[in-house]
Amino acid sequence: MRPDLGVVAGLVPPGSRVLDLGCGAGELLSHLERGHGCTGTGVEIDEGSVLRAVRRGVPVIELDVDTMLGEFADASYDVVILSRTLQALRRPAEVLAQIGRIGERCVVSVPNFGLWKHRVSLLVRGRMPVSRELPYPWFETPNIHLSTLADLEELFAATGLRVEKRLLLDEQGALLGGRLGGRLGNLRAGAAAYLLTH
Amino acid sequence: MSLGTTTPHRVLLFAEDDPLRLAGGRTLAPVEVAYETYGSLDDVADNAVFIIHALTGDAHAAGVHPDDGRIGWWDNLIGPGRPVDTDRFFVVCANLLGGCQGTTGPSSTDPATGRPYGLDFPALQMTDFVTVHRRLMRHLGVRRLLAAVGGSLGGMQVLQWATESPEEVTNAVVVAASSRLSAQNIAFSAVAREAIMRDRDFAGGRYLEGDRAPDIGLTIARMMAHITYLSDEAFTTKFDRRLQERDTPAMGFGVDFQVESYLRHQGESFLDRFDALSYLYLSRVMDYFDPFADPAAVPRLAEAATRFLVVSFDSDWRFSTAHSRRIVRTLEQGRVPVSFREIRSPWGHDSFLLEPPGYHPTVRAFLDRAYDERGSS
Repeated sequence: MRPDLGVVAGLVPPGSRVLDLGCGAGELLSHLERGHGCTGTGVEIDEGSVLRAVRRGVPVIELDVDTMLGEFADASYDVVILSRTLQALRRPAEVLAQIGRIGERCVVSVPNFGLWKHRVSLLVRGRMPVSRELPYPWFETPNIHLSTLADLEELFAATGLRVEKRLLLDEQGALLGGRLGGRLGNLRAGAAAYLLTH
Repeated sequence: MSLGTTTPHRVLLFAEDDPLRLAGGRTLAPVEVAYETYGSLDDVADNAVFIIHALTGDAHAAGVHPDDGRIGWWDNLIGPGRPVDTDRFFVVCANLLGGCQGTTGPSSTDPATGRPYGLDFPALQMTDFVTVHRRLMRHLGVRRLLAAVGGSLGGMQVLQWATESPEEVTNAVVVAASSRLSAQNIAFSAVAREAIMRDRDFAGGRYLEGDRAPDIGLTIARMMAHITYLSDEAFTTKFDRRLQERDTPAMGFGVDFQVESYLRHQGESFLDRFDALSYLYLSRVMDYFDPFADPAAVPRLAEAATRFLVVSFDSDWRFSTAHSRRIVRTLEQGRVPVSFREIRSPWGHDSFLLEPPGYHPTVRAFLDRAYDERGSS
């Protein structure tokens, strides 16, 4: 499993009922079911990923996260996970509102556009950043709504989601050591995972 | 690979001293069932897959029929190395109760009178089909299905079987089906039944004792139903407005367009293999089907952890994706493990018998996993 998924899994209380939006081939849900006593549902739209999730035994529903979250009932999950998905959505604000409606808690992980290397790329080279976290050239990236951690936290607040816990990850997806405050974290983290309540 | 020649079987499942008790309160005996099996049951009997046919299907789901060389109706799905892999699974398919292809139905002889039942045959419910399927499985030495698989009315029976006895169905594959017909669905079936029953030769359901049958009514019922099985796009692709064997329109009321000829052929060839009374009885069962009306149904499924795969096709307007989504929502909200895909296909409701891209790989992935996990739950 990708190291950042391990970090996300660590934010999910054992035994939770989990909805994983953009679940890919179901690695995280499968891990949560086997290792943490969780149950749940994945949502995915990429055909190859859906097939792999079905083969793995993860319940997966094919639908468009941007437009069809109305299929899920209010407060029907303990945790809704949006792992490296928010930045690829067309309507991130609406989706955040939806996951707050569906889940008791939400776990959101995102790449951090505010990482110092990305800033340097723009500032010094005048080019859109391409990195391990954001590996695509600008014209074919699925990541259409990039944000820095500061931007994102503002949107959380505006959507009524409260940050209960924030974990910063390095560019390899491992936890960043040391105590990093808001501004320093926004500079040093390649990605972050948030546990949110409302 | 295709199965070779298959062997039709027939078995007496309910005799006079042990009649079939129907949900409507009446009893029925004898009940004979026509079925076929493919592959072999393993030592611990945990590799059985029950295939359930749709309104006008039969027990010959795959392989070559020994009498007429007919290929089974789901041959592209079932066979060695196919998604329902007969090298691994013990596959069973039976003709439905009330049908007319070997299983007891309204055209069978009523032992009380020595005449065909006709409309004296009792009304059926979805659960009655399942009662008979279940008895057949017991006869074959199977207590629990690894999977039940069905499309359209077949998918509805899968849903019925799983909701009433989830401990018997470890995995359920429900394709192009519905958990509750819409008014439009019922309306189409109503017109089909009216066409049959208003045919003078229907003779109050006693036509089997005379020389004539309600062929016109049954033909029209089939023609109209067939329209609902295809999408607008499928009709355009197949026929568009092409004329039948001529370059200029005849401008009369005969068969002028190719689509008219096709529908007429569909209707007439249907007469050779189907009975008007069975059409009435089987189509009516669908109208009343509503398994989630029982508030205990979904909790039972969640308790047994029966796993579902629900599949719909985007151009199906007979049982549109909205029908499948209702099933998925109900199961998902009831904490029943369910996977769902809407497959892109231009062919309408009939897609479940075809191979639009992505459809068979999905069924295969689900059943491969089921096979790996057999015996573990």
